[in-house]
Amino acid sequence: MNVPQNLRYNASHEWVLVEGDTATVGISDHAQEELTDVVFVELPALGKTVDVGDPTAVVESVKAASDIYAPVSGEVVEVNPAVEADPSLVNTDPYGKGWIFKLKIKDAGQLDTLLDAAGYESMIG
Amino acid sequence: MSTIQSSPLEALHLRLGARMVPFAGWNMPVQYTSIMDEHAAVRTAAGIFDISHMGQFIVSGPGALDWLNRMLANNVAKLEAGQGQYSFLLNERGGVIDDLIVYRTAEDAFFLVVNASMIDKDFAWMAKHQPEDVAFSNESALWAGMAVQGPESAAVFAKALPGHGLPPRNGIARIAAGGGEVVVCRTGYTGEDGFEFFCAAGEGEAWFEKFIAAGAKACGLGARDTLRLEMCYPLNGNDLSPERTPIEAGLGFFVDLDKGDFIGREVLAKQKADGPALKLAALEYTDKGAPPRAHYPLLDAAGNVVSELSSGVLSPSTGKGIAMAYVPAALAKPGTALQVDVRGRLFPAKVVKKPFYKPAAAKA
Repeated sequence: MNVPQNLRYNASHEWVLVEGDTATVGISDHAQEELTDVVFVELPALGKTVDVGDPTAVVESVKAASDIYAPVSGEVVEVNPAVEADPSLVNTDPYGKGWIFKLKIKDAGQLDTLLDAAGYESMIG
Repeated sequence: MSTIQSSPLEALHLRLGARMVPFAGWNMPVQYTSIMDEHAAVRTAAGIFDISHMGQFIVSGPGALDWLNRMLANNVAKLEAGQGQYSFLLNERGGVIDDLIVYRTAEDAFFLVVNASMIDKDFAWMAKHQPEDVAFSNESALWAGMAVQGPESAAVFAKALPGHGLPPRNGIARIAAGGGEVVVCRTGYTGEDGFEFFCAAGEGEAWFEKFIAAGAKACGLGARDTLRLEMCYPLNGNDLSPERTPIEAGLGFFVDLDKGDFIGREVLAKQKADGPALKLAALEYTDKGAPPRAHYPLLDAAGNVVSELSSGVLSPSTGKGIAMAYVPAALAKPGTALQVDVRGRLFPAKVVKKPFYKPAAAKA
């Protein structure tokens, strides 16, 4: 299972890449494997403000729709149109082309509640 | 029943890497590799499904034919020995208790295959009406069942059972093979050519592996659901219910109103004469959109909620959202514009002719 060291993780299987005050969010390799064939991604509206834990995007497999939660509070500053056009990118490249949205971080302190790679790895053990 | 039941093939599913889920009171494989891959295997080659959860009833005796014709909506008398037909067990209001296949195995003997979730209810309902000159038994626990489906099914059969022939479409054959007797039915739930195969529960694993070795890909209930919905085959509990009749479901072809009396006949005859108020319509998205799913609200073009979806999925074959729903008859005409509400977003759809997909076998 691929769990990159440079990312932080939410217990609900989102990954977070922090660059300055921007958090890029996607779902982990483990999550995409559990969901299986992703056939649809519903992106949030640009400029939307979300609180930590808010359902912010939806990833759908053939059988089920799964909410993607905001790992931190912030404003949606960018979404990935590529996963809307080709949802299977979430399966094939979950940490790269399969990213879902970017948040402008409101409270950097919330990042401390996220898991590091080792913590996430032991959680999905 | 509170405990979840296990298929006799469960250990094999786990060895094959299946993801198991509870379905209709049974722990069953939903997929092995991917629903999309398994769906494609059945549309283009051959797949095999465990259907051991389904029920088998045996009916025999001098009164068997007359009794079944009073209990079931289709005309059992049309069957010669070796033939089967799709039919319904109805309540007094004409509502569907279960949809099933009845096979005539001899002049006075019948083999019924019923839905897993309904085995106990079907059996209790039928036993309540059972006359003295009919023997009726539930053999569901004795049988393992599997369905081999896809354009290459006949080749898989020939490889696994050399020297034996498949029965004709909708037919049933008993075959002495593998040291026991197996039952082969030329039917299925995918729209493709194929057969359902029943054997002693203890022999199930060996046969399932034999069919895999002969070229069938193991497929789970996930693909079974997408395949059947592309064909507009109803799923009892979703598209059929005790509150809806086969006439409303658009399945009047499998009802014989002229064969004499049967339970539910009066309601069906009136509905057929007057035209049903509701009809089970097939809808397709006119554009890309979020997958439609059962229970999502269905709206008319003006935005009024008119129903909810009974089944829905993003079709693996066409990529389009497809669904079924009971709608007022005036809205059931092909071309009618409707909208599906997915978490508050509306996706335009239109009523289309059934089925959504025409398999190669039907095109030929």
